Amino acid sequence: MSNTAGTVQRAGGFGWSKIADYAPTYGAFAALLLLLVIDSLFIPNFFQLSNFRNILLQVSPTVLVAMGMTFVIATGGIDLSVGAVMAIASAVAATSLDSGVFVAVLLALLIATGAGAFNGALVSGFHIQPIIVTLALLIAGRGIAQVINGGQLIPFSNPSFEYLGRGYVGPVPVQVLVMFLVVVAAIFVMRATTFGRYVVATGGNEAAAHLAGVKVRRTKVAVYALSGFLAGLAGLIETARQGASDAPNIGLNIELDAIAATVVGGTPLTGGRATVVGTLIGALIMQIITTSINMKGYQYSWSLVIKAAIIVVAVYVQRPKVA
Amino acid sequence: MNSEPLLRMEGITKVFSGNVALDGVSFELRHGEVHSLVGENGAGKSTLIKIMTGAYRRDGGRIFLEGEEVSFNSPEDAQGAGVVAVYQEVNLLMYRTVAENIFLGREPRRFGFIDWKRMNDDAGAILERLGLDIDPTATLGRLNIALRQMVAIARGVSFGAKVVVLDEPTSSLTEREVSILYDVIRRLKAERVGVVYISHRFDELYTVCDRVTVLRDGKFVATRPLEGLERIDLVCLMLGKQREELQKKGATAFGDHHDAIAAAATEQSTPLLRAENLTRGRKLNRVSLDVGRGEIVGMAGLLGSGRTETARAIFGADEVDAGTVELEGKRLKLRSPGDAISAGLAFLSEDRKAEGIIPELSVRENLTLAALPALSSAGIVSRAKQDEIVNQYMKRLGIKASSAEQKIRELSGGNQQKVLLARWLCKNPKFLILDEPTRGIDIGAKGEIQSLINELAESGLGVLMISSELEELVEGSSRVVVMRDGQSVAELRGREISQDNIIHAMAEGEAPPPVETDATEVTGTSDAAAADDE
Repeated sequence: MSNTAGTVQRAGGFGWSKIADYAPTYGAFAALLLLLVIDSLFIPNFFQLSNFRNILLQVSPTVLVAMGMTFVIATGGIDLSVGAVMAIASAVAATSLDSGVFVAVLLALLIATGAGAFNGALVSGFHIQPIIVTLALLIAGRGIAQVINGGQLIPFSNPSFEYLGRGYVGPVPVQVLVMFLVVVAAIFVMRATTFGRYVVATGGNEAAAHLAGVKVRRTKVAVYALSGFLAGLAGLIETARQGASDAPNIGLNIELDAIAATVVGGTPLTGGRATVVGTLIGALIMQIITTSINMKGYQYSWSLVIKAAIIVVAVYVQRPKVA
Repeated sequence: MNSEPLLRMEGITKVFSGNVALDGVSFELRHGEVHSLVGENGAGKSTLIKIMTGAYRRDGGRIFLEGEEVSFNSPEDAQGAGVVAVYQEVNLLMYRTVAENIFLGREPRRFGFIDWKRMNDDAGAILERLGLDIDPTATLGRLNIALRQMVAIARGVSFGAKVVVLDEPTSSLTEREVSILYDVIRRLKAERVGVVYISHRFDELYTVCDRVTVLRDGKFVATRPLEGLERIDLVCLMLGKQREELQKKGATAFGDHHDAIAAAATEQSTPLLRAENLTRGRKLNRVSLDVGRGEIVGMAGLLGSGRTETARAIFGADEVDAGTVELEGKRLKLRSPGDAISAGLAFLSEDRKAEGIIPELSVRENLTLAALPALSSAGIVSRAKQDEIVNQYMKRLGIKASSAEQKIRELSGGNQQKVLLARWLCKNPKFLILDEPTRGIDIGAKGEIQSLINELAESGLGVLMISSELEELVEGSSRVVVMRDGQSVAELRGREISQDNIIHAMAEGEAPPPVETDATEVTGTSDAAAADDE
């Protein structure tokens, strides 16, 4: 039977392709472990609780933003506007703190989500390329934030808001807790919900998903809105940590870190597949490299070079396999 | 006739990680011959082609080009020697001109700069030689897909090709475009170029090819002249079956009890589905049709006649300018496929790869994609329910995969199609639209899918089946709607349904006048149902 022969042949290649499929995630995980081993050998005091806490503190805004980015990239899109959205959220929160923390936070998140949804509407409704749409907001968003802030640094003193960026629950910083909650929620949403399935189906084959009844447009608007929401959240945390809204600098270049974390984690830029855990690992790898170089007393520039190399290797490992 | 063939391959063997893909296969191509290569999926056609054109290295055997032994290490090698492949998906630069594409990598130069005039002139000469009226300075992307393919062939010819391999060249062409291709092939023949022609469509083989080589399971079966070779014998060679065995089954796996069903369906006071006056731009012009419960209505028409457009309009995939769709007498408001699906419609699209499978997702995810809302509560998918459905349908349709978690892109075309069919069946639809349900899949799976369609109709589903295979329509349908230029021009029923009548309607735009004598085509398969229900 030619049929059976065909199946066997495919089954033969199947094991390999399976390994290759998981290589990005496990590869990233292996790289993380390797990195920890090297650090423990060469950096005294690396394995100290305070050090890990620092790493997690520093990585948490990137992870929050990268979670949203993973969903966007899984649909085949990209969101360059996250840093700018952080700035908007920061400015909105800082200038409305007088009306109460609750109002300020809610308003900031609402506007950030709205900005994301606006991206999504332009992408899905008008078929403008995601990179262009979000580039526009990247450019405009920070300007808007500065206008809101009146072109100035807006410091504030509001303990309950600052708790978001400086508080602790037991030994765990609040922002690290938020990060973990968001990661767990993202894993759940991606794996177990119809929305998560629609995200990868849309990225995998939009026409097919549409004909199968998937609300493709709605899904796209939703992922950009989600990305905006998480960027807003990250913006609030950063603002609370700094005790001021610094519109020109908050979240600067974070879109690049988030994209790098997503790609290193094993989510291809073409979409159709997503590994939320991989993104977390990718972000951790990047942060640990920076921290290690710093602790070793080498120049910061070295960490950039190493990170760049890792991104290239990660993309190489996940390159589309020729059938 | 030259004694030494143009190309001779002897005892070609290829092994992929322990699996023998080609086992001592021989192939011979003469000067000026169009030679077809056929076989079911997994027969080894594409592997042989890739070895012929240098894309794969062989593990054993010898290749002679015009009597001299050759060994190609890369497609460039093969091209240099005059063996050129033109693939289904044309690999050309969309934003560059026709001439640039033809001479890409070998641009004529003058003083180190590209000699544009000479390039355009030379390209024009090559195109003219092939009888193609294409402007060499036109941007490739502005040509339709057929002409792009011709440009790819022209590129091959510009290398001084002696052997041109055409892999499924007509799969995306319309009937008219196919005739352009045929013209080009005739010119190649006249220049004593050998053409290897791969196609699933028998009509084409018999139209353009001189000889056929049959492969099966990686082995050489036979090389025969097509003239005088009966189609049924060719199928037998491909399947490795005896002729008597096959004839008993008929050419398709459909039953023949359609007269009764058609009569019963007409008696139903409201049809299951009624579409009226569907109109969309210049693509659809007041198309009407109805389908009863338990009925398979066939839809015939040449490519571009509005068949797929009708299906998409009924399914809400394209917005219509006018027209209504009623299901069980209730008018549907169809603004998206989602609406149609919740009303109980299902649509198996024509292009499996582009509009069907989500390649990176597993069989399980692909199979349950449309059913997710039903398999989840509060947006959370129940894995248990998912697995249950998947197991049930993988068993019922005999889907061959290493597990439900295998990626769908790794499955054979037939198995992919079964998964897509299951995607709809697990929703228990009332009405099923099938657009070319058996295109491009091997004959075994084809029969299984055909008998499944039959079974579904028997269980009360209404089916609208679009097909380019007239046999499938004749044997499968209780009525056949014939489309032409965006209009439904004829509806054949009962004994009127025959290949001749369908072709007549497609060509003339109206059903032939009724003839009182019995149409013999229909009765030839009367025992097919009995043979296939087992």
